[in-house]
Amino acid sequence: MDVLQSVTGLFLGLFMWLHMFFVATILLGHDAFWTVARFFEGYFFFGRSLPWLVSLFVAAVSAMLVVHAWLALRKFPAQWKQHAAFWRHMGRLRHGDTTLWLVQVLTGFAMFFLAPVHLYLMLTHPELIGPYESADRVWSGRMWPLYLVLLFLVELHAGVGLYRLAVKWVAFRDPRRSLRILGRLKWAFTVFFLVLGLLSLAAYIKLGIEHADRVGEPYIPAWIKTAP
Amino acid sequence: MALDPGLRRGDGDNEYSRPMVMNRALSFQVFRHNPRDPADAPRTQEYSLDETPGMTLFIALTRIREEQDPSLNFDFVCRAGVCGSCAMVINSRPGLACRTLTAGLPESIHLFPLPGFELIGDLSVNTGKWMRAMSERLRAWLHFEAEPDVDALEAPMPPELAEQVYELDRCTECGCCVAGCGTAQMRADFVGAVGMNKIARFRLDPRDVRGDADFYEVVGDDSGVFGCMSLLGCHDLCPKRLPLQTQIAYLRRSMARQGLW
Repeated sequence: MDVLQSVTGLFLGLFMWLHMFFVATILLGHDAFWTVARFFEGYFFFGRSLPWLVSLFVAAVSAMLVVHAWLALRKFPAQWKQHAAFWRHMGRLRHGDTTLWLVQVLTGFAMFFLAPVHLYLMLTHPELIGPYESADRVWSGRMWPLYLVLLFLVELHAGVGLYRLAVKWVAFRDPRRSLRILGRLKWAFTVFFLVLGLLSLAAYIKLGIEHADRVGEPYIPAWIKTAP
Repeated sequence: MALDPGLRRGDGDNEYSRPMVMNRALSFQVFRHNPRDPADAPRTQEYSLDETPGMTLFIALTRIREEQDPSLNFDFVCRAGVCGSCAMVINSRPGLACRTLTAGLPESIHLFPLPGFELIGDLSVNTGKWMRAMSERLRAWLHFEAEPDVDALEAPMPPELAEQVYELDRCTECGCCVAGCGTAQMRADFVGAVGMNKIARFRLDPRDVRGDADFYEVVGDDSGVFGCMSLLGCHDLCPKRLPLQTQIAYLRRSMARQGLW
């Protein structure tokens, strides 16, 4: 079960990092994001969009999330005594990795509730991923508060989680040195993805405000519009 | 011209010889409780002591006991970080009193007994009882194929392997890893890094006939290696600086392999 928790965690963590890159393509321009979105719908393979491909993938991610959450629940302190013991221990020790575990528990627990909202939307409306479509959802659909909270939860949880995976399964030859480097890397990644995420979200909000009077209009790249 | 930093170490410039600019007056807040006396309520008691050069907590506590309060209980045997008896919570972190210089601590020093172990009195805890129970549960001793013949010459072991076994055998069972472990604080049946280190040690030893299937029986569950949440308290606090993260990661992989195939 520990192996399965680690494997699902690894998949979800790496996927969230990739996901961040895909979403951030909006910063490179409308067309870049449109291309990424259509790419995953198989547009460039089949010559037409198959949004159910995205639904299928979202379903797989959701299943992973369920398995990961169920396995992670085993580690949660279940009794008041355990809660008290951990909080007391953490407060006393003031030890980074011990405190980060509680961050994992809290962010993970919060995501039980917040992640499904996003996943359900993606599952049922996979065709609504595009520069205008996503921006409308973020602003006119009032999803930005959720995305803002999710961004912090995900990036913290994924960063700490992937770091802990390395600590769990890799037998370092010089552990003190490796752990120091790894710890710095973890923070660097978390900060990098947080900044990228905030910039992307800001871009969608800006786009969403500008597009608010034309809600529902899908984005079609100029080079397709002008094509014969 | 800048001095070669390597040269200065030979000049006797170290923690013990450096003249103190000013002797600090140290204040000790020490946990006091006699669990055998029902009328005795747990409390902290304050002692003051002038710091001397090279003072360790062992020296400080001994002076307090000799000069101020003969009733103070604490454990010591070797005074040199070999026996592991003097582990206690020093300013909220587990560590060995004899290996802790007061020079590295602030003027106010709080001393508490290790949590998770039976209290004998004041700073003295019964780590031995916990360690014995854990060892018996993990069967942490050499399992020979046949009764060894003590008169026969021992089978040789490659020096590198002996070296590795010896490295893990340096564990003194002081209990700092258990006191520093969030998992152990929450779950009383968790074997702790000391237990997993023992399994790693016997797993290396060619004289032990047990294989991974046998070790899986004792540490392959949530009270063993799969209960560990990699909080690294043990690794960061071990007074002997044992490579506990490495050993636990290695054991986790072996046990996962054993469990899956």
